[in-house]
Amino acid sequence: MESLYAITTGVLTACGLYLTLRGRTFPVVVGLTLLSYAVNLFLFSMGGLTTGGAAIIDGQSHFADPLPQALVLTAIVIGFAMTAFVVILAMRARSELGNDHVDGRKREEPHR
Amino acid sequence: MMQHLIVLPVVLPLVVGLILLRSRHGAMRTHRTVGVAATALLVVVAMLMLARAAGGEVTYYALGGWQPPFGIVLVLDRLSALMIMVTSLLALGCVIFACAGDDERGSNFHGLFQLQLMGINGAFLTGDLFNLFVFFEVLLLASYALLIHGGGKSRIQSAVHYVVLNLVGSSLFLISVGVLYGATGTLNMADMAVRLTELPAERAGLVTAGGLMLLVVFGLKAAILPLYFWLPRAYAAAPAPVAALFAIMTKVGIYAILRVYTLIFGEQAGVLEALERPWVWWLSLATMVVAGIGVLAARDLRLMVAYLVVVSVGTLLAGIGMGSPEAVSALLFYLVHSTLITGALFLLAEMIGLQRGKAGTRLVKGRPLRDGRLLAGLFFVGAIAVAGLPPLSGAIGKALLMDAAAPWQQPWLWPILLGTGLATLVALSRAGSTLFWRSHDGEPSGEALSRSRWLGVGGLLAASPLLVALAGPVSDYTRATADQLADPDVLVRAVLSDAGESP
Repeated sequence: MESLYAITTGVLTACGLYLTLRGRTFPVVVGLTLLSYAVNLFLFSMGGLTTGGAAIIDGQSHFADPLPQALVLTAIVIGFAMTAFVVILAMRARSELGNDHVDGRKREEPHR
Repeated sequence: MMQHLIVLPVVLPLVVGLILLRSRHGAMRTHRTVGVAATALLVVVAMLMLARAAGGEVTYYALGGWQPPFGIVLVLDRLSALMIMVTSLLALGCVIFACAGDDERGSNFHGLFQLQLMGINGAFLTGDLFNLFVFFEVLLLASYALLIHGGGKSRIQSAVHYVVLNLVGSSLFLISVGVLYGATGTLNMADMAVRLTELPAERAGLVTAGGLMLLVVFGLKAAILPLYFWLPRAYAAAPAPVAALFAIMTKVGIYAILRVYTLIFGEQAGVLEALERPWVWWLSLATMVVAGIGVLAARDLRLMVAYLVVVSVGTLLAGIGMGSPEAVSALLFYLVHSTLITGALFLLAEMIGLQRGKAGTRLVKGRPLRDGRLLAGLFFVGAIAVAGLPPLSGAIGKALLMDAAAPWQQPWLWPILLGTGLATLVALSRAGSTLFWRSHDGEPSGEALSRSRWLGVGGLLAASPLLVALAGPVSDYTRATADQLADPDVLVRAVLSDAGESP
């Protein structure tokens, strides 16, 4: 399970990073979303992976670390809010600047 | 009431901010009164905290009554108290300045401003690594909204860069927090410092990776050399009171570097001790050089001030790179000075731009200024202070810093620090003579500047002569702060003993 989990996180990060480096705002937003998914998965696994364990210590030796679950919830909420904000910002930029390039102008145009 | 003092700098702006956001269609006058009053109250709170921390006692506030290391704590020591004091003073100047009309250009200025203050104060107080991330997000989200306050092409465009970069930075922050938690099993900074003493050798690599990734995140906030490119454009585009408040935002990054690496990676960490120092030292020198070139090349006064912020970041980080208590003490003195003065310069640039009509803050021949003499006088004071010429506070800060350099560091630090000072001086005198002397003939026009603008700028600029007059007590305090930072055991013992106060 560990290797599958690690590979999933890694592939998500790689895709997110690639898309974040693109020149248009839509791929960048999608890339940031993928990156935050990867980070959430990573945070979730930071206490070690456990199957079938309760997140409460009740005297038994088999339990899951509850802290990462609380943290990942916080991270998901914050990440979601930030994604909503960046979507709106990208739309504002598209309407104000007239194109969806992150630098506000297409590459073909000469520099000012 | 006194026992809840530590949480007030977070709760007060939160409550006021929420009330202001709730009544966003209310009269502007009420909003202004509430905003200014809340910020003034914050100054009072900061003074009380400063008085409490000055004795050297470290106190903490366990949120919800959960004792550390299990719950989240806010920790008050000399460094936190100093940073909150600087923040509240700067914020007071900014909010008074904003009352002259900048707050009417968009919606919710005062509410967002308070939320921004909440994030900054929280970041200065928290003793928990994940909580630090949360407060970073609070201050960033407020800053995103404030940056595009009033709208306009250049603001939207620089905001896109700023937001995307900071979101990537947040992801990196979470990854490094995850790595550190996985390796040490705690998020409380004091507890983490203790756990590092008994770290198994095979986990040292993991902690190094996590620690250095944190440096990248804090470096992005602080705008160190390869990560500063977002700053000049964003700060130059932001509305003046917001840009002035942002002068403290880079210092949040510097504070975080100082806190995390003196506390967690102090001398008790063994092989991991001061793992950031060589990186910070060389990068800070390079930052100073590049920012000095930026100051010389800037063709717009606001852009020039933005580069001056980067110069001050380089200077401060050099203090961290040196690492000795003398250097930390000098950098804290310089931090107080540079935050207030660069903030004042942003406000001053806005006033100059308002009176020059179409030429704005661009460094070209323009109309003569209506209040030219007074503005030129203030600009002169600000320029002297920021370039580090005697008799104002910049000179004292730089002298302390140069004095603190070890013999092998001097040949690097002295020429670069003095060289950037010279570059600043050249650029500012050229800017000043263009703005105030090389104007077209004709009658001065431009709108009159309201009293609150003069009050905001004057108050912040007055900090420089005041810092000179009070240089003795202030440098005593920063020296005591540096000693406290050099001995993290005090903080660790205060936080991890059971004798703390809980609500």
